[in-house]
Amino acid sequence: MIPLLLYIGFFILTFAIVRALTGSMRKDDFIARKTVTFGDESAVVADRRASFFSIFAIFLLWASFTGSVLLPDFLHMPGPFTGTGTFTYTAQTADGQSDDATVSVTVLADAQESDAVEVAPGEGFAKNDSMAISTYRSSLARVDANDEVTRDDGATVVAVNGEPIAPGGEVRTDFARIGMSQRGTLNVEPNSGWQMEPIWLPAPEAVFKRFVEIASTGFRNYTLLEHLGFSLFRVVSGFVLGAVVGIPLGYAMGLSNWFRGWFDPIVEFMRPVPPLALIPLVIIWAGIGEGGKIILLFLAALWIMAIAARAGVSGVDIAKVHAAYSLGASKAQIMRHVIVPNSLPEIFTGARVAMGVCWGTVVAAELVAAEKGAGMMIMVASKFQNTDIVLMGIILIGIIGFGIDILMRWCERVLVPWKGRS
Amino acid sequence: MTGLSIDRISMRFDLPNGSAVQALKDVSLTIGQGEILTVLGPSGCGKSTLLNIVAGFLAPTSGKITLNDTPVRGPSRERGMVFQKGALFEWMNVRDNVSFGPRMKGQKPGDYAAEVDHLLEVVGLRDFKEKAIYELSGGMQQRVALARCLANHPDVILMDEPLGALDALTREKMQSLVLKLWKETGKTIILITHSVEEALLLGERLLVMAPRPGRIHSEYRLPFADMGVDMDLREVKKHPDFAPRREEILSLIWDMEEEIMGRKEVAE
Repeated sequence: MIPLLLYIGFFILTFAIVRALTGSMRKDDFIARKTVTFGDESAVVADRRASFFSIFAIFLLWASFTGSVLLPDFLHMPGPFTGTGTFTYTAQTADGQSDDATVSVTVLADAQESDAVEVAPGEGFAKNDSMAISTYRSSLARVDANDEVTRDDGATVVAVNGEPIAPGGEVRTDFARIGMSQRGTLNVEPNSGWQMEPIWLPAPEAVFKRFVEIASTGFRNYTLLEHLGFSLFRVVSGFVLGAVVGIPLGYAMGLSNWFRGWFDPIVEFMRPVPPLALIPLVIIWAGIGEGGKIILLFLAALWIMAIAARAGVSGVDIAKVHAAYSLGASKAQIMRHVIVPNSLPEIFTGARVAMGVCWGTVVAAELVAAEKGAGMMIMVASKFQNTDIVLMGIILIGIIGFGIDILMRWCERVLVPWKGRS
Repeated sequence: MTGLSIDRISMRFDLPNGSAVQALKDVSLTIGQGEILTVLGPSGCGKSTLLNIVAGFLAPTSGKITLNDTPVRGPSRERGMVFQKGALFEWMNVRDNVSFGPRMKGQKPGDYAAEVDHLLEVVGLRDFKEKAIYELSGGMQQRVALARCLANHPDVILMDEPLGALDALTREKMQSLVLKLWKETGKTIILITHSVEEALLLGERLLVMAPRPGRIHSEYRLPFADMGVDMDLREVKKHPDFAPRREEILSLIWDMEEEIMGRKEVAE
């Protein structure tokens, strides 16, 4: 909840600052008027300053809530308590005598028992205690264990820092929550602050360090490049196979009634089946090796490419075909010079979708079963609670998926520059 | 005989709901070599259907078309077509569009380069040879379509509202260009239009068609096309015969349109 509120606050704040510094966000021209009346989608253009602040905000929140070294201390959220805190408890014997004693609690990351400070026993029947607790952990404190009158003799703890406490109750001190179990034992839970425990969310630099480490030493017998390379290899081979079969299939469906009728039920049935639903069947048939994965990705790409090619052929403007006929072109020439080039924009759209679907499918397939690959890496890491590797993997998967899309768009611009401009 | 002969063409379209539309009924017409004919008529009178039949894109239900005594069967390079919206190939640049016909014949660049250059010069696109189609304005695209058609040396040029999508000024320039090309090349031209003025300006002969069933209603022989070859079209429009002709044909088409509307109202 707090991160969300901070995020919204940051959104509003940056907007206000940029607006204050540069005046109005939009020029007061006709384009602005258009947007106001929702007339033209193209009148809304992404403000790159907002994009910058958006990414910045995510890293800021991430670093702030993980106590990252990338940020100065005053920007950190309150971290877990570390150091030594003390509280006093009041023990009362069965016959009504009471005595106070102090407990010194040392809180450290990875604290050992030996980290507990030395304390003098002090006066009275209740003796001072000391203990050590790791950050984010809690510990039972048998404070009466070293007292002259213990719980077995009928002594009970009745107050902490002077506040009365009963079994099931709690007292908050300046550094910890002191609870009391049903049997009367104190439970010391040092304040954990607002920061995330690294096992849930490691700091950015920890993720980066892990990235450097895995990039140089590898993970599970394969280097990082091999893991990512194998995922990419599966995607590319599955996609290429799907395109090589799917595009001619789509052309045939766009040109022949018989092909259209024959394959329509198959294509229309297979199209809505998510490729992920095929994983179990593919594993049964082809195992968990490369073959199975490539078959899966082939199936993921096939229908998309077939439908795209079919749409490309069916969508040809009949006037263009007529024009070519009356210019003396033969059927084969029309196919080569009119139908095929005319279908390229549709095919490229399909290819972009197919590559995206294939990339998502390969990661999912590797999550289920694989010896190498980006998905396998994060799955195995999650089993060992290596959250830093999981995060690193997710970021790399995202970057590669984004890169694939950029590459496809670039190809589209270069190879079919007339797309959407006829 | 040389020229295009259309002999008792009828065209029926069977609709999926079982009824049929008589798009054309017994249309007969002869067009001599080098004539320019404009066709006017209310929407639904079958003028586009007629043109598509002449082009060979549609087979008539009955009747016969011959070009220079050869029966027309399917589309062919003797009958070039210019469409309302260029129907250009966006994946080729201007030059490749214009040279499409010769290239499909198997000619080498050396065979057609000079002529393509000449045609682009004629239509005023000499400097746009390497440009992509989507970089051109609508009027320029129509000029490419004209040049592409001419590069293929058709005997007859069929134009299906070729200037309908252009703005008024461009349209006027293109009308002059069509007349100039007609005179220079001596091609037979059939031009369909919605504009009465355009039909008067460009047609040596003007055909008015009537709907339901589509048929030829009346024919006019006009002097304006010849005048327009070497005169400003705005001057031609000032000719004393021009305005009366325009009013006459306009009211004719108005009557037809009203009759259609009236019949619709009765049917409803």
